[in-house]
Amino acid sequence: MRRWPAIKRYMLRHPGVARLGVVIVLFVIWEIAARWFIDPLFMSPPSSVLVSLPQMFEISGVPGALRITFWELAVAFAMSVAIGLAVGLAVGLQPFSRRSFMPIVLLLYGTPQVTILPLFILFFGIGPASKIAFGVSHGIFPIIVTIVAGVQNLKPILLTSAKSMGANRWQAFRYVIFPHMIPSFFTGMRLGMTGVLLGVLLAELYVSTAGIGYFTTLFTQNFEPDNLLGLIATLAAMAIILNELVRRAENHFARWRD
Amino acid sequence: MLGNGKRDAASAGSRAVQVAFLVGLLLLWYVATNYWGVSHLLLPEPVQVFWQFVDIIKTGEYIDDLKVTLGELATAFAVSCTTGVTLGYLISRSQYLIRVFEPLFAGIYAIPIILFLPLYVLMFGLGPMSKVALGTTISFFPIVLSTIAGFGYVERTYIVSARSMGASEYQLFRYVLLPAALPVILTGMRMGFTVALLSIIGSETIASLAGLGHRIVHLAEGMDMARMFAYIAFVVAIAAILNTVVSSLEAGGRRR
Repeated sequence: MRRWPAIKRYMLRHPGVARLGVVIVLFVIWEIAARWFIDPLFMSPPSSVLVSLPQMFEISGVPGALRITFWELAVAFAMSVAIGLAVGLAVGLQPFSRRSFMPIVLLLYGTPQVTILPLFILFFGIGPASKIAFGVSHGIFPIIVTIVAGVQNLKPILLTSAKSMGANRWQAFRYVIFPHMIPSFFTGMRLGMTGVLLGVLLAELYVSTAGIGYFTTLFTQNFEPDNLLGLIATLAAMAIILNELVRRAENHFARWRD
Repeated sequence: MLGNGKRDAASAGSRAVQVAFLVGLLLLWYVATNYWGVSHLLLPEPVQVFWQFVDIIKTGEYIDDLKVTLGELATAFAVSCTTGVTLGYLISRSQYLIRVFEPLFAGIYAIPIILFLPLYVLMFGLGPMSKVALGTTISFFPIVLSTIAGFGYVERTYIVSARSMGASEYQLFRYVLLPAALPVILTGMRMGFTVALLSIIGSETIASLAGLGHRIVHLAEGMDMARMFAYIAFVVAIAAILNTVVSSLEAGGRRR
């Protein structure tokens, strides 16, 4: 019993350990509930999900589906960044165009794009093109908004002094606007990645011939919670890795200011 | 600095550009469908869409679907507000618990929660329950995180000075903690409401038996494009109204 205070002090000093404990307790509750209390057709314990994970990857088409989804995410993200950057700079650099077009951008950003998901399918088909387009439609607006905000915060005195020292337009962009924009650019990329993930996954779940949406529907209809949970966990891991990459980049490139 | 008249002229100019942009878009739509021969199966004619919209409002056939969607939204939002604020408050009472739980919630929040939808459909079926579950899950995180942030990071000086002036636990809560935390919590609730609305309409689109999202998909599958566009406009209008109401409630709550 004399050891308890020591353990308590250790836990108090390391909240991370306690956090891990909470996660483990949650998994144990899930395991117990799924093993003895819930119909195995609807839920399966984490241990059996883990055991059946290698089997899931052997189902023909699943690795391909994950690859397609990953590819859709990458293309949609790249397109969102490219278009968002171009539109953001075009709208943000001129005060007049900012005042004119920013309300329109915010209006579009505020409308729930899920309502037009069926339209994307009609226009772009049920293949990867519609997922990419829908992902871009979700990813592009946060990027535009943050780019505009980043350019807007630029102190006019910096531009004026650059001009007075004889900088041309390109030099002003390269040495004043661009470094100033970097932090908000990466914040925008992070928000854009969240949007792209949402858009692509929504479109995948809505209709899909070869992507992960096809398999989630298949596993749901065949009552295979093992495979379904395994697939969801794999995708969640993919999403976490992508988010984390962009967040790391943001932290890295936002540092120069401090 | 711009003079007042000059600024008015500039803002009138940007207004004009906005109006011209929207009118131009409508005009382009009209010309494309009527003269350039864009298939009406892909893009219906705007005038027709307008009359369908009037028809939807007049016949009132939207009421059943609207009821389903709003019912799901209200249930999900009520559950996530109750659990989110309660849990957030309890956690925020101790700096230690904040350090244990806040990164945990923030970490889960980073996963696209829409991924849980197939699981919820498997567990709760195609009916409203799976939408309520998704809406609750997705709106829980912004609410609990903002409640923790609101109650947990109240300036120490305020608490100490209220205590030294002899405030009771209740008075401390009512006159110090709550006013400090309320604006942050309200912002979290607004964010939660917006994502709950989005996810509920989205999950109705993906797998459902009733609701506004389901209606849009139904019309899309029937290739009834004009009516589908009218319904999209209807849903966008409903969403805009709801978001405006919630934003103004938030602003009202902040001012007090």
